[in-house]
Amino acid sequence: MKGAQILIECLKKENVEVIFGYPGGQVLPLFDCLYDAGIRFILTRHEQAAAHAADGFARASGKVGLCIATSGPGATNLTTGLATAFMDSIPVVAITGQVKSHLIGNDAFQEADVTGITRSITKHNYLVKDIKELARTVREAFYIASTGRPGPVLIDVPSDIQAADAEFIWPANVEIRGYNPTYIAHRGQIKKAAKLIQKAKKPVLYVGGGVVISGASAEILQLAETLQIPVTTTLLGLGAFPSEHSLSLGMLGMHGTAYANHAIMDSDLIIAVGARFDDRVTGRVDTFAPNAKVIHIDIDPTSISKNIHVHVPIVADAKDALAQLFDVVKAPDTKDWLKKIDSWKKKYPLSYKKDAAKLKPQYIIEEIYQVTNGEAIITTEVGQNQMWAAQWYKYSKPRTFLSSGGLGTMGYGFPAAIGAKIARPEKTVFDIAGDGSIQMNIQELATAVENKIPVKVAILNNCYLGMVRQWQELFYNKRYSYTKLCNPDFVKLAESYGAVGIKVTKKEEVRPALEKAVNTDKVVFLDFHIEEEENVFPMVPAGQAINQMLDGGLA
Amino acid sequence: MKHTISVLVENKPGVLARISGLFSARGFNIDSLAVGQTHDLTVSCMTIIVNAEDERILEQIKKQLNKLIDVISVIDLTKKEFIERELLLIKLGLDQKDRKHLESLVEKFKAHSLFYKEKIAIIEISSQKDKIDEFLRELTKFKILELVRTGRIAMDKHGGKDA
Ligand SMILES: Cc1ncc(C[n+]2csc(CCOP(=O)(O)OP(=O)(O)O)c2C)c(N)n1
Ligand SMILES: [Mg+2]
Repeated sequence: MKGAQILIECLKKENVEVIFGYPGGQVLPLFDCLYDAGIRFILTRHEQAAAHAADGFARASGKVGLCIATSGPGATNLTTGLATAFMDSIPVVAITGQVKSHLIGNDAFQEADVTGITRSITKHNYLVKDIKELARTVREAFYIASTGRPGPVLIDVPSDIQAADAEFIWPANVEIRGYNPTYIAHRGQIKKAAKLIQKAKKPVLYVGGGVVISGASAEILQLAETLQIPVTTTLLGLGAFPSEHSLSLGMLGMHGTAYANHAIMDSDLIIAVGARFDDRVTGRVDTFAPNAKVIHIDIDPTSISKNIHVHVPIVADAKDALAQLFDVVKAPDTKDWLKKIDSWKKKYPLSYKKDAAKLKPQYIIEEIYQVTNGEAIITTEVGQNQMWAAQWYKYSKPRTFLSSGGLGTMGYGFPAAIGAKIARPEKTVFDIAGDGSIQMNIQELATAVENKIPVKVAILNNCYLGMVRQWQELFYNKRYSYTKLCNPDFVKLAESYGAVGIKVTKKEEVRPALEKAVNTDKVVFLDFHIEEEENVFPMVPAGQAINQMLDGGLA
Repeated sequence: MKHTISVLVENKPGVLARISGLFSARGFNIDSLAVGQTHDLTVSCMTIIVNAEDERILEQIKKQLNKLIDVISVIDLTKKEFIERELLLIKLGLDQKDRKHLESLVEKFKAHSLFYKEKIAIIEISSQKDKIDEFLRELTKFKILELVRTGRIAMDKHGGKDA
């Protein structure tokens, strides 16, 4: 069997349903096999989008996403997508073509040292030099991508290996002696944690994307309700705990709710689960939660005590650790604490000026929530749009909020929405976008239209790189240095691709436009002309304690 | 504080790049690094001397190394009884009259002279770092033509695979 055919057989063994990719010289043998392989293939219009679409597919489904690109420029175009998946622990396998084995290192046409370039933005990578290693490599790649703390894995396959002959032998099992993730929590540590929890007066559960990945939402809910402990989530943790639950504090950190930040800062015990104390969450670390002991459950030992000192580290899968904890822990008395939190919730609700003449982005997102009954999958771009989407849509289920958290990649949301819609065709999928970000992968209109993937894009069009403008307004004397955007007519642009374009400038047009969008099976671009200089509040200025919030005069 | 870490890794291409890349990407300091095969041809051993400001950074270094798929084990020898060695080769320019003195130094430091030819001598010493440094100080009396020194290698006095 030819190497390319072996690759396809491997993908079938791994139950790959869809491949996102782009062809080129060094993947010709592979594409020749894909022609009649019977696996769905989505031709994106840029390799970056193929990587993001595979990532969106993975986040929405919990399965491994797959993307393919050619050598050199094809592979380098994938890198932003791989780095995005790496930062957010998303299982993606990328297959890249490479120049023929004997040409490697010769500066051959379209040669790039792809394993070198991607070493620090993948969980692991391979250059296949021997066709006999091919099947085992693919098997290992899927295994590594999807187990432990998931992440992207790249396989670089020279074109002569794709064309070479070998017997197809699917290895019965995977054994990698240097890779043994710990799933089961240490009983002794669990008991220590339980002791701390029982004694706590002001505990907070701090939940991150790891809970989504682990599928541990039910365990979080059970623990929080039984112990009466309030829950705050990170950006990637949105959906892991129902936002509208009375114990929910919403998101914490730089643009978190004031009550989540006050609760964390005032707490005496933080129970971190699948979160990594990122600087967007902690603000200035030496001021962070000064009186709190910290229990940290994470499958990746390097996340523990990296930024914040942890008192009880628990290396495990969140699901197992939470279940074990539930077995032994007794509820602390949190009545007074919950009362205090309620008073913060009343005093500092999330808000915006509702009586304004101009269209408000927060209102649009509230309306998207209404029109989709809170059941859509929301992807976001990066910037103000992302933070408003995090604050104003209420997420109740995991894998319904897909956003580039760690890397903050503009251009992520639209291709990710395409991947998500393929994973969950029954769901309405909205990309909440900025006018800047959407133009970073706007060519994917062609992909969505051609393949009839009816995603909806809500552009919060403020004619600015809004988040950067906000910082310039607040910290650089309103010197709007190169953040004003001169945009195309998004309606005409959508139409020229064969999508539906709708322009919205007034509040009363929002609902009908959204209804029209969700009731058509076409790709829709909604161009919302919003208040240009609207800001995201609350906001913790970079490098400050997270209870030092700017509220924009709203509170 | 300096720590001697012994890392067993898969004997595969690119592994050294993964380790050195990790150190540079995360801003960890390497003082010395030595790699070589072991009795198991699929395994290489790296001895890394790291300079970690505090225990937290040392812990991170060890955890990050362990996280690499191609790393099989990470042992912090500093916490154990261990032996370390490095190897020095030095080429000296000397007159006939220096020769006696050099020979006595070689004997004193348990070094070896590998090569003598007219005005040139090549000496080898394998020892602990401070001993080698001391030897070098003595040798500054001569004209040093060339000097190479390996990274340090180290071994736990006890332990070992089937111990
Ligand atoms: C690829 C990339 N380049 C630059 C940035 C820096 N950046 C962060 S937010 C932002 C502005 C985004 O503008 P827009 O998409 O219009 O969103 P808005 O903030 O206006 O909602 C920029 C440039 C980034 N995050 N990603
Ligand atoms: Mg904008």
